[in-house]
Amino acid sequence: MRLPLRVLQQDCVFYVRRKFNVTSSLTATSRSAEARRAAILNVWSVPPSDAYRKDSSHYLVSLRLRMPAPIRLRELIRTIRTARTQAEEREMIQKECAAIRSSFREEDNTYRCRNVAKLLYMHMLGYPAHFGQLECLKLIASQKFTDKRIGYLGAMLLLDERQDVHLLMTNCIKNDLNHSTQYVQGLALCTLGCMGSSEMCRDLAGEVEKLLKTSNSYLRKKAALCAVHVIRKVPELMEMFLPATKNLLSEKNHGVLHTSVVLLTEMCERSPDMLSHFRKLVPQLVRILKNLIMSGYSPEHDVSGISDPFLQVRILRLLRILGKGDDDSSEAMNDILAQVATNTETSKNVGNAILYETVLTIMDIKSESGLRVLAINILGRFLLNNDKNIRYVALTSLLKTVQTDHNAVQRHRSTIVDCLKDLDVSIKRRAMELSFALVNGNNIRGMMKELLYFLDSCDPEFKADCASGVFLAAEKYAPSKRWHIDTIMRVLTTAGSYVRDDSVPNLIQLITNSVEMHAYTVQRLYKALLDDISQQPLVQVASWCIGEYGDLLVSGQCEEEEPIQVTEDEVLDVLEGLLVSNLSTPVTRGYSLTAIMKLSTRFSSVNRIKKVVSIYGSSIDVELQQRAVEYNALFKKYDHMRPALLERMPIMEKTSTNGPTEIVQTNGETESAVLDTKLTPAVPQPASQANDLLDLLGGNDVVPVIQTSVPTKPASAGGELLDLLGDLSLTGGPTPAPAPSAPISQPPFLLDGLSSQPLFNDTAAGIPPMTAYNKNGLKIDFTFERSNQNPNISVITIHATNSTEAEMTEFVFQAAVPKTFQLQLLSPSSNIVPALNQGNVTQVIRVLNPQKQQLRMRVKLTYTHKGTPVQDLAEVNNFPPQSWQ
Amino acid sequence: MIKAILIFNNHGKPRLIRFYQYFAEDMQQQIIRETFHLVSKRDDNVCNFLEGGSLIGGSDYKLIYRHYATLYFVFCVDSSESELGILDLIQVFVETLDKCFENVCELDLIFHMDKVHYILQEVVMGGMVLETNMNEIVAQVEMQNRMEKSEGGLSAAPARAVSAVKNMNLPEIPRNINIGDINIKVPSLSPF
Repeated sequence: MRLPLRVLQQDCVFYVRRKFNVTSSLTATSRSAEARRAAILNVWSVPPSDAYRKDSSHYLVSLRLRMPAPIRLRELIRTIRTARTQAEEREMIQKECAAIRSSFREEDNTYRCRNVAKLLYMHMLGYPAHFGQLECLKLIASQKFTDKRIGYLGAMLLLDERQDVHLLMTNCIKNDLNHSTQYVQGLALCTLGCMGSSEMCRDLAGEVEKLLKTSNSYLRKKAALCAVHVIRKVPELMEMFLPATKNLLSEKNHGVLHTSVVLLTEMCERSPDMLSHFRKLVPQLVRILKNLIMSGYSPEHDVSGISDPFLQVRILRLLRILGKGDDDSSEAMNDILAQVATNTETSKNVGNAILYETVLTIMDIKSESGLRVLAINILGRFLLNNDKNIRYVALTSLLKTVQTDHNAVQRHRSTIVDCLKDLDVSIKRRAMELSFALVNGNNIRGMMKELLYFLDSCDPEFKADCASGVFLAAEKYAPSKRWHIDTIMRVLTTAGSYVRDDSVPNLIQLITNSVEMHAYTVQRLYKALLDDISQQPLVQVASWCIGEYGDLLVSGQCEEEEPIQVTEDEVLDVLEGLLVSNLSTPVTRGYSLTAIMKLSTRFSSVNRIKKVVSIYGSSIDVELQQRAVEYNALFKKYDHMRPALLERMPIMEKTSTNGPTEIVQTNGETESAVLDTKLTPAVPQPASQANDLLDLLGGNDVVPVIQTSVPTKPASAGGELLDLLGDLSLTGGPTPAPAPSAPISQPPFLLDGLSSQPLFNDTAAGIPPMTAYNKNGLKIDFTFERSNQNPNISVITIHATNSTEAEMTEFVFQAAVPKTFQLQLLSPSSNIVPALNQGNVTQVIRVLNPQKQQLRMRVKLTYTHKGTPVQDLAEVNNFPPQSWQ
Repeated sequence: MIKAILIFNNHGKPRLIRFYQYFAEDMQQQIIRETFHLVSKRDDNVCNFLEGGSLIGGSDYKLIYRHYATLYFVFCVDSSESELGILDLIQVFVETLDKCFENVCELDLIFHMDKVHYILQEVVMGGMVLETNMNEIVAQVEMQNRMEKSEGGLSAAPARAVSAVKNMNLPEIPRNINIGDINIKVPSLSPF
């Protein structure tokens, strides 16, 4: 038992080591004390940690002796500190935890507080200590202050309101709130104010309110904060504290004043009624503030020469809330704000803290214009301050005021831009945000230059934010299309890998829509591609553009810039290079393969393209393989459709309400998404065709028609496709198409048709056939069937015959119905209508007509007859009533 | 509101953690690790504010810290606190510790974690600033310590333990020691 004593003596000596750099003025005596300690330190050349380790060996011996008394907290800590590895530490802790548990089991009252203290230490290190929760409650219930103190601390650290255990405390806290010792009451208030749940707050609010009215300032300040907590938990209890607030501000004690202001602030923020009620306190607050500024030196509250800056800051905050949007209150505080702003000494951080708060208050309330100028100028001065913290808050508050006082902030633009070059990341980030906020139509070129420099040199963590900031600003204020494209390309070349995913489709959309810039853009991108293929977004955009506008690139007609001479093979070399490059991501490869495919209609070297595409038909990348296989099919089976399919993308409309995710769908992803859904022929086109249809149907009440050619299409594909089409502005409006979403909600409908072709055997006999179209030798008859299982579905089979002497090739039948219907077109039996009625093309249309309305349909026919393409539209209204009733 | 107060040393070892908002234990440790990671890579001559500790809840929260010799004092606060004010508060807290421990150092914090908590309790309560007057804080903490001591504190426990040791059936090694003869004086040193 002597060992611990010895250890203690050693401890005393070892407590003398490196000191904190507490920058407060060290008194002369403390300095000499320091010197004395330094001398002691020199005598003890053994590093403290070793000495502690030595001691711990004794501890281990004592453990082996199975002493019943649990080791002290200090010894435990010392032992833990000797652990050289994490595993060792864990082992020690586990051993100790086992001892503590058994001690808890034995209901040992003597050492409970010590054990809980040890548990709290382990908890800090991250070890589980929840088994001490109940012990904390037992300690709280103890009569001893020592026990209560550690018990309440344990409760605050280990318990939370998520566990019902905490409710067991309610009664103890209630008793302790009425205890005769103020410190016990203080502990109870503190615990309630930290972790009281709403039930607990309801139960104990009365006690808190009573304590809020005591004359004991130690309890009063704690009660005030406790009341804040109660109000946060149960806002409706706010009324209860209202009478007690009356005298709070006449208190002399600064602690109470401070917490009272916090309480008033909380109440004002929570309820507009309270806010207007407390407006009458403004003169009183102003008086307190005035006293603080004017009063001479008071040692009690002095912090670096300023009287209670914390209280001043709090009062300024409350004034800000009270003065916001209220002329009278604002008027009442104008003078004092001006006084604070001019009288506060700013050589120390505390002074600046007050000044900063004053500025924020001036900006928030309805202050005089002169005062606002003063405030902005203070911030401007802050920007030039050597202290980085001050610079930081200046930028923060300028950011807050930039919306209201844009021009005033503009004056500090050059200083702000200089802050971009600061070494401190926090300041840099603020400066960047502020710079973006300052960009407008007049200064965009200059600002963007600075920001692009910044983008070049900044840390990787900034690049993403900076890049999207540049994109946004460029989109908003671009002086010309060319400048816009140049800027974005500059971002892509310098920070390409950091830009967000949605920037690729955004840029593609931008490029598509600036028709006159196509040649210039594709040429610039091609050059950029030759320089560097590591920046994936750039490569993707470039691939896309080369695919779309490859012909412009090769023809070398660029008005904006010296045209470059490239051959088709060179372009294909570059794209093929992307396919094999290690730097390319799978997505990039997809872009590049699609680009190559697109070039098959723009370039003459089709055979080379065919070869490339077929090679990737066996790629190990599933995505790429699928694309290649589909493209191959396009070359073989559907070659006649290829030129139409690979047409240039139409100009994309960006609906204003679309978020970035939808933008992704509307452009960049269009192709890949379509291909994802395993749909061949007619599908990539519907964008344009459906638009045509839409035009001809003249309104939003049209459901798009989808031609599905592959019966094995997965069920989900339809949904995705519809989604896609929906976003492709079929309905044009800001609400993207309720219609396309409807089929998704009817999955059985889609599935039925896909899984079982001969589903419609149960013909409801007696529906007469009709002729829907008969023109130029092309006759289209409809025959009807109704499904018995679902009478809402009409199955229409079209029979197209050709009475002319030449066959009709590339025959495509499309149909559209009003919105109340849903329509599904299955694949046609052929796309050639043989001449002289020697055969027909059949195609099945399924119409879902839940409201049993009269069927109406518009059809669009395209085919090639004798080498000339023919297109025709027709409306079909004369459906037999049996087909829809 | 102050969401959390963390003290850890230059190696990221926690010396005091106090959360005023519920976080599961593993989350707490994760927050400490992340915070240490963020704070420790900053130079001493940059500003004391950091944004975007992802764990402790979004962009409204800031880390405000001060670095003293071997220790980092980190306060995680939301926008309702004045940044510069919190910096001063950290200073007040550290100076109070310095007064209470007489030239405080890391080891004081390690071995007197409970006391540091008690001091903090008098400065910040439920995430709100309670008192900034150092003399007042020190006086109240000392009064409470005195109360503890008058009860014998935690160190009173050994006195009771002595009797337990006396009556114990010891294993072989100290068999020939006559425990009854040892006159143990209980040191009236600080508890623990």
